[in-house]
Amino acid sequence: MKKSHRVNLAAVAGLAAVAMVAAGCSSSGGSGSPSAKSSTLTASAPGITPTQILIGSHQPLTGVAAPGYDEIAPASNAYFQYVNAHGGVYGRKIVYKYLNDQYDPTITSTVVHQLVLQNNVFAIFDGLGTPTHLAVVKYLNSSKVPDVFVASGCECWNQTSTQPYTYGWQVDYVREGKILGNYIKQHFAGKKIGYFYQDDEFGQDGVKGLDDEIPKSQVVARQSYNPTVTNVAPQVTALKAHGAQVVVSFSVPAFTALLRLNSLKLNFSPQLVVSNVGSDPITLAGLLESFAKQGGATVQGNQLTQGIVTDGYLPSLGSSGNTWIQLFSKIHGQYLPKLPFDGNVLYGMAVGYTFVQAMLKAGRNPTRQDLVNAINGGLPQGVSVAPYAYSASDHAGITGAYMGVIKNGVLAETGPTQVTDTSATGAITTYSTAQPPAPASGIPSP
Amino acid sequence: MTLLRHLAAAVCVAIIVVLLSTKLTPYRDYQMAEVAAYVTAVAGLTVLIGLSGQISIGHGAFMAIGGYSGALLLIHQGWPLEAVFAASAAIAAVAGAVFGVAAARLRGPYLAGATLMLAVALPTLANQYPKAFGGDQGLSVSITTPAFLGATFPPTRWMAWVTSAAALITLILLANLGRSRIGRNWRAVRDDEVAASLSGLNVARVQVLAFVISAACAGLGGALLAVVTGIVAPGAYTLTLSIALLTAAVLGGLGTLPGALWGSLVLVLVPTYLTNVATSHGLSGGASSSVPIAAYGVVLIVVMLVFPAGIQGGLRRLFGYPSVSPLNTLRRRAPASEHQEEGPT
Repeated sequence: MKKSHRVNLAAVAGLAAVAMVAAGCSSSGGSGSPSAKSSTLTASAPGITPTQILIGSHQPLTGVAAPGYDEIAPASNAYFQYVNAHGGVYGRKIVYKYLNDQYDPTITSTVVHQLVLQNNVFAIFDGLGTPTHLAVVKYLNSSKVPDVFVASGCECWNQTSTQPYTYGWQVDYVREGKILGNYIKQHFAGKKIGYFYQDDEFGQDGVKGLDDEIPKSQVVARQSYNPTVTNVAPQVTALKAHGAQVVVSFSVPAFTALLRLNSLKLNFSPQLVVSNVGSDPITLAGLLESFAKQGGATVQGNQLTQGIVTDGYLPSLGSSGNTWIQLFSKIHGQYLPKLPFDGNVLYGMAVGYTFVQAMLKAGRNPTRQDLVNAINGGLPQGVSVAPYAYSASDHAGITGAYMGVIKNGVLAETGPTQVTDTSATGAITTYSTAQPPAPASGIPSP
Repeated sequence: MTLLRHLAAAVCVAIIVVLLSTKLTPYRDYQMAEVAAYVTAVAGLTVLIGLSGQISIGHGAFMAIGGYSGALLLIHQGWPLEAVFAASAAIAAVAGAVFGVAAARLRGPYLAGATLMLAVALPTLANQYPKAFGGDQGLSVSITTPAFLGATFPPTRWMAWVTSAAALITLILLANLGRSRIGRNWRAVRDDEVAASLSGLNVARVQVLAFVISAACAGLGGALLAVVTGIVAPGAYTLTLSIALLTAAVLGGLGTLPGALWGSLVLVLVPTYLTNVATSHGLSGGASSSVPIAAYGVVLIVVMLVFPAGIQGGLRRLFGYPSVSPLNTLRRRAPASEHQEEGPT
């Protein structure tokens, strides 16, 4: 009896060894071989071969955060395919490998380790989510892997001393809160304001910005929600009970929709002011209709989003005369016709454009450090309405936004672009330089 | 003698682990560390279910307790790793004792229900006390490789060593416990509570002890996983994790320690492998993200159909080992046979 037990353990050990080795073999040999053709292009860094640039990302392709956000990586990829078809980056093709982390930080850690250690990516690009990306930011910086253009507006990406390899991209939530707060101060003077925000870094940063601008006495209610609890009726009831006339919402699209539907149910109709991440009209309309359907009601999504005040840092999808919208609309039609041309697709293509800008600036045969140096040297304003903050001591991205209102399912610009910083006293100023037009080729110039 | 045999087997495994870790790529080392963390938790669970006959679908909660304890001790106290791991296991054991005392009054589906509640409710505590637990984004944990290994030593190899060592020690202890009086008591209680108490066993105490030990294993597993993944966050300890642990235990072969290893290997390797297959075959967007999840389900169904006694049971059948190990019992608790066993045997 005893003998057989020992045999078991030994057999287990042996088989485990076989399993691990087999798993190891099955996935090796993925890296490309250097081609002799282009003599000046070298394999200058991990993930870079004479023919390709391999980058990776973690994205919520399934799970709670997937609706809407699962379009971002395919949209970036569509832009990369466009660039690849038009000569690539110094002749190299961008290969974008994005893995599903289901918005679970443990899975994020696993897939990012896989991308860095097994796939040998040059950089992690546009990793999506605050809690998820926080799980890997230390690892990426200690491994000296460029961690560019995180898809989250957390102020926490801008820590150049401890995280020299990490860069934000979209307007951070503090700046956004200040710009929204400033608008509310000017346009809703004397009205009772209620806050509705996600109880994490995202919502808290936003509230910080709002509080910098809105007089404390005007704020009658502060209601937060937990993204895993979909019942927000108590919060909406409290907002109504406090008589809020304006509700500012720092929420993801699903919770903006829940806020709107719960308000409708309670016959509560305050003016809604919603942060950019939670206000894409097309995503919102779809969510409103599907949530209402689950509850056995029929609503017109675009009717319910009518009049929502929000902000934008990329040109509005409705401005058909804008050269950027024309460019991305063309790429969308060619490479991504199955997805709607909405704010998420625009976001994905825009951040893809920024990456190509940075790679072109990093040089013909870039190292990882070259990419970091290129961004630290600043990137020219392109796809966004406000300039980037990038420098050696500032890793925040876009510095400002314009105010707008949703009309018939489209964001309509109502004010000029305003820029600011993240400090409590930093002034909000109008940025009057017109956005540069998109290059005719659709590819940034080196 | 038993202890010596287990130690000898463990030394063999340790040598294989070290050799393997130097041959494998850093990413495979990382996966090895992940497997070791899961093995620790699953081994405790498989002993609880297989030997003591209690079902828990909330062991993810004990992993959370161990994970958060480990993270807090590392961040605030800066304890050495071995002390952190021991303390995490101890804290989870205390939690397991408190819960186990309450749960000892419950049977079958009621116990499962209570543990389920724990799995659902506990992680949200992190959101209730964001100052201490970092809220939704959790706490980040990082360890450094010791200086004597040199600056170029791959950190993932060090992680694989640390976690495998902890897992092996756990397995040795569990293997010996299973063969000791305590293990016999568990099986006695599992097979027939009335008979066991007539024989002078305190049934509740025996069951609580099993619960405490499996909670300690889960706590240690949680601390190991926290060190491996570098984060503890509520999103990591959802009900899905508890179910995954149970899946691994059943899939590997309930009540068998090698089964815990098979189950954990499936848990870690299969989803990654399927994702790679899906993406390398040009499936894009929605398809490539949904296919691995569906395929994983198919794998589970197929394994259970082909190996109803779990992978370890199947291997044993293939290689013709008689079913004798004290740790491989308990596939016979089908409801139909339960009554037969109640008769004099």
